[in-house]
Amino acid sequence: MTSIRIGAGLGFYGDHWEPVVASIERGEVQFIASDHLAELTLAILQKDRQRDPTLGYARDVVPMLLRLWPLMQARGVRFVCNAGGLNPQGAAQAVQAALAAKGWQPRIAVVSGDDVLPQLQDPAMPDAALAHLFTGEPVVAVRERLVFGNAYLGAAPIVRALDLGADIVITGRVADAALFLGPIAHRLGWDLNATDAAGLDRLAQGLTVGHLLECSGQGSGGNFGSQGTWKAIPDLAHIGFPIAEVWEDGTALITKAPGTGGRVNFDTVRQQLLYEVHNPHAYHSPDVVLDMGGIHLNDEGHDRVRLTGARGTAPGEQLKVVAGFRDGFKAEVTWGFSWPDAWDKAQAAIDTIRTQLAERRVPHEELYVEYPGLNSAHGPLAPLPPPEQLNQMNEIWTRLVLRTQVKAAADGFGRLFPWIGLSGPAYTCGFSGLHNTSELLGIWPTLIPRAEVEPNVRVELLGDET
Amino acid sequence: MTSVRIPLVRMAHARSGDKADWVDFGLFAWNAAGYAILEREVTAERVSQHFAPWLPGEVQAWALPNILALKFVLKGALQGGGARNLRLDNLGKAMAGALLRLEIEVTPDELAQALEKPRVGWWG
Repeated sequence: MTSIRIGAGLGFYGDHWEPVVASIERGEVQFIASDHLAELTLAILQKDRQRDPTLGYARDVVPMLLRLWPLMQARGVRFVCNAGGLNPQGAAQAVQAALAAKGWQPRIAVVSGDDVLPQLQDPAMPDAALAHLFTGEPVVAVRERLVFGNAYLGAAPIVRALDLGADIVITGRVADAALFLGPIAHRLGWDLNATDAAGLDRLAQGLTVGHLLECSGQGSGGNFGSQGTWKAIPDLAHIGFPIAEVWEDGTALITKAPGTGGRVNFDTVRQQLLYEVHNPHAYHSPDVVLDMGGIHLNDEGHDRVRLTGARGTAPGEQLKVVAGFRDGFKAEVTWGFSWPDAWDKAQAAIDTIRTQLAERRVPHEELYVEYPGLNSAHGPLAPLPPPEQLNQMNEIWTRLVLRTQVKAAADGFGRLFPWIGLSGPAYTCGFSGLHNTSELLGIWPTLIPRAEVEPNVRVELLGDET
Repeated sequence: MTSVRIPLVRMAHARSGDKADWVDFGLFAWNAAGYAILEREVTAERVSQHFAPWLPGEVQAWALPNILALKFVLKGALQGGGARNLRLDNLGKAMAGALLRLEIEVTPDELAQALEKPRVGWWG
């Protein structure tokens, strides 16, 4: 039976690519698929593009491919990624130029057409269209403040690019798991438009594989939430990213390269299986809707988990869109107070800041206060010692964040603090945040009819303008 | 037999992540004996009560006996979403730890079964 071996690339913009070397050199992979775009990464890329219109893509793809391409080329490994972000063409040109300078000339394909910002900004759109997916609020509420809006494309354009013979496929926004489903369908000849139960179940298996691999090390023992047991996962410093072997009938084996750290077992794989999927009986993608209720994970030991039983139904007529809109500013300060009376002194300093905000009438919506080391991860669910014991602590750290719609108010926030160093409570240290403003972004999830997006999707080989 | 109160961390593992303003939790038993306890004790209502002092959002829950897991979604948990959330843990990645603080009632016998029966996963 024909099969494909595909390995995980990055799990986010900023991830580490050395683990991918082991997958290429020792994991017998034929494809690497790399996810560079978290939900709001496009917001970062939008800022880059504002500064320089040739940017707007995940720039780590260039050094990553300078490192990996010669290894992939030598073994015939092909590469799919969504590092194109808001500018897939720009990413492809940057990759091509960097590799050409080394004398390497892979065939690079570009997938574009996911940008739906023009539709979101079109005042002629009826109110019901592009409403907020959860609240139903019409998009007019944020229309003037939108900075990006992209539909999640499916695996079809990736299959087309691979059919054209591309060695490297660079897309903008596609469903994360489609980066994997594309090569799988291409290699195994699966029909992405299947309507029969067997065909849909195969696609569901492929989607599950993509989901298990799209977060890199999280699929092979990284970020394993537990008490104690995580220490039994060996050598995370040299973790092997997950690799899948998938057969024609959809059966899949999740594993990793020999000699690497991390662990692929029932526990690490199912932590990733349920990660960020919402309803596990209806995990939506542009290619298939996945029901995990019949999934069987057979732990064969020695970093091998066999996956069967994913069930699929046909996807809907709409694609998911995630847009971002400007939503004010934050300014953030961190400050430490030491023994004795550390807790009371921190409270006194915070009161002074509140007094200043009021007396100067600084426009703001919220002053958010948390205590790193005490409650910043678990909020009120983190048990605090009683006040008298808090005052016996060696030190108390405060983190104060101002939320405001007025940039000048955010810019001035850090300036409210330094004088307190000489005129406030004693034994403070570690103040930071004198200039620390950043823009906040709201997120706008919505749906758009396929018919408004898919006709605009383009797949082209670089240098082949026909 | 009198029951004892234990935090979930004694007998379960968990991961959390973000989607817009929702936090998604997977909660996992180490074996079938542990799963029977989780399924009985950790209802949507209990999770909602647990987070109520912090995040009074709606909780949805699903049971996945095939992988000995429960799935929870806590809505409205991220101040509107990761890029406008002022918390240090703006994406809720540390919130699975907060879920593992939830205390449940078990009999000593049940607990012994959950802790002593072999784990399904390969930890050799």
